[in-house]
Amino acid sequence: MSSLDLPVVATPATSPPTPTRPRRSLSTRGISSLTLLGLLLVWWAVTAAEWVEPLFLPSPEAVLGKAWLLLTQGYMDATLWQHLGASLGRIGLALGAAVLTAIPVGIAIGYNRIARGILDPLIEFYRPIPPLAYLPLIVIWCGIGELSKVLLIYLAIFAPIAIATATGVRTVDPARVRAAQSLGASRWQLIRHVILPSALPDILTGVRIGLGVGWSTLVAAELIAATSGLGFMVQSAAQFLVTDVVVLGILVIALIAFALEMSLRALQRKLVPWHGQSH
Amino acid sequence: MALLELERISAQYPGAADPVLADINLSLGPQQLLVALGPSGSGKTSLLNLIAGFVAPSAGRITLDGVPVQGPSAERGVVFQDDALLPWQDVLANVAFGLELAGVAREPRERKAREMLALVDLADFAARRVWQLSGGQKQRVGLARALAADPRVLLMDEPFGALDAFTREQMQELLLQVWQRTAKPVFLITHDIEEAVFLATDLVLLAPNPGQIVERLQLDFGQRYAAGESARAIKSDPRFIETREHVLARVFSQRSAAPRQGYA
Repeated sequence: MSSLDLPVVATPATSPPTPTRPRRSLSTRGISSLTLLGLLLVWWAVTAAEWVEPLFLPSPEAVLGKAWLLLTQGYMDATLWQHLGASLGRIGLALGAAVLTAIPVGIAIGYNRIARGILDPLIEFYRPIPPLAYLPLIVIWCGIGELSKVLLIYLAIFAPIAIATATGVRTVDPARVRAAQSLGASRWQLIRHVILPSALPDILTGVRIGLGVGWSTLVAAELIAATSGLGFMVQSAAQFLVTDVVVLGILVIALIAFALEMSLRALQRKLVPWHGQSH
Repeated sequence: MALLELERISAQYPGAADPVLADINLSLGPQQLLVALGPSGSGKTSLLNLIAGFVAPSAGRITLDGVPVQGPSAERGVVFQDDALLPWQDVLANVAFGLELAGVAREPRERKAREMLALVDLADFAARRVWQLSGGQKQRVGLARALAADPRVLLMDEPFGALDAFTREQMQELLLQVWQRTAKPVFLITHDIEEAVFLATDLVLLAPNPGQIVERLQLDFGQRYAAGESARAIKSDPRFIETREHVLARVFSQRSAAPRQGYA
């Protein structure tokens, strides 16, 4: 590079000579950040110029101020933390139950012909039904309390995990299974040491999909029947036209979904680092 | 005295009209390195799967030490063409896997695994991840894993078929060294004629439609390597070349004699 060959008189002694690139290309992440920033700017500009009434679109400052108010004082007898906690508690409980039951069921479907014959049609039958379509039935059966919401989300998460697990089990490298058998593996050892770890990448993908479905189902369920939770907060604020709470609620819901997705991807990288490596 | 005995073995895929193997008689003794050579479709993989116990024969009897073979077991160790290692374990744990399944405690099983890694020249690779290894290294781990479980016989399913020519030569020499040191009887299948002639103490040539043994040869090139002769010197020896060409001619005469549709 020609600039490096020049004597250093021109550059100040404190700054090291930097290699000059003609133009720095933006990373994809940089472009995405700029998009978000641009969107925020447009939102701010539109509200600052008062082109839209605050009733329809409150300004970013108003939403931020409301966030502070919600965090400290709350809305509808509960702070933002409590609404958030209620929602996260429901999905956490449902996810835990789904992981504990759907993975064994998925293994059974993938591994055993009879289990597949019994369970596969059941899951394939209820899976395409939008969860909100059978929510009324669940409410009739289990009432309007926590149980019906957790059950609804559980059902929404269960199918993707079970199906992904079954797929993972069915696509285990047969050479790997044979290798373990010729090393003396029993049926259970085979499942524990070969099949389950082999299916783990698929299982985690199933959990990711399940959580996505579960979260949207949860919020929708809270819109319909709840006395706490983010969905309830948005719904009740909308009834009183408290638009800033509505906007804030939507943003928090989006942020949580994003955080769940990102943390699961990180978990996937940590738990199955071999996935996608040539082997 | 033969250790592994195949008597009048036939095999047929369910639903298929023609058998893949017909009337195979084979035996493998303690000092032997038996190579089954044949073109694709000659049923050599089926033969190995039968001995390993992955599939059952439609007729005939397979015995190991006089006991009929039923299903896979740790007595018959297998090295696969694709390494079939467990990527979530490091190299050491992969080699120790058979012993772990057998309930051997961590300390002795890892000692044994290190011993086996040293045997295949991978002593420094114990803590590596499987996916960080080259193809040849993976095959060596596969070999060490099979040996660590201390099988009665070692079955090798085209173990060097996916390797490049240079690595393959090295692996052949390594196999002969390991075979000599462990004194394990080996049954190996391959479609590489030079490899078969170089390694085998006993060579059987398989022909397709249906898979059958068309020639049996007793060879000593492997022993000459074990006795200290260099691999290159053996492979360029006129007697080696003559044997190789003879086998090659046999393969081709079988091909032209057999019905045409057999070579899809």
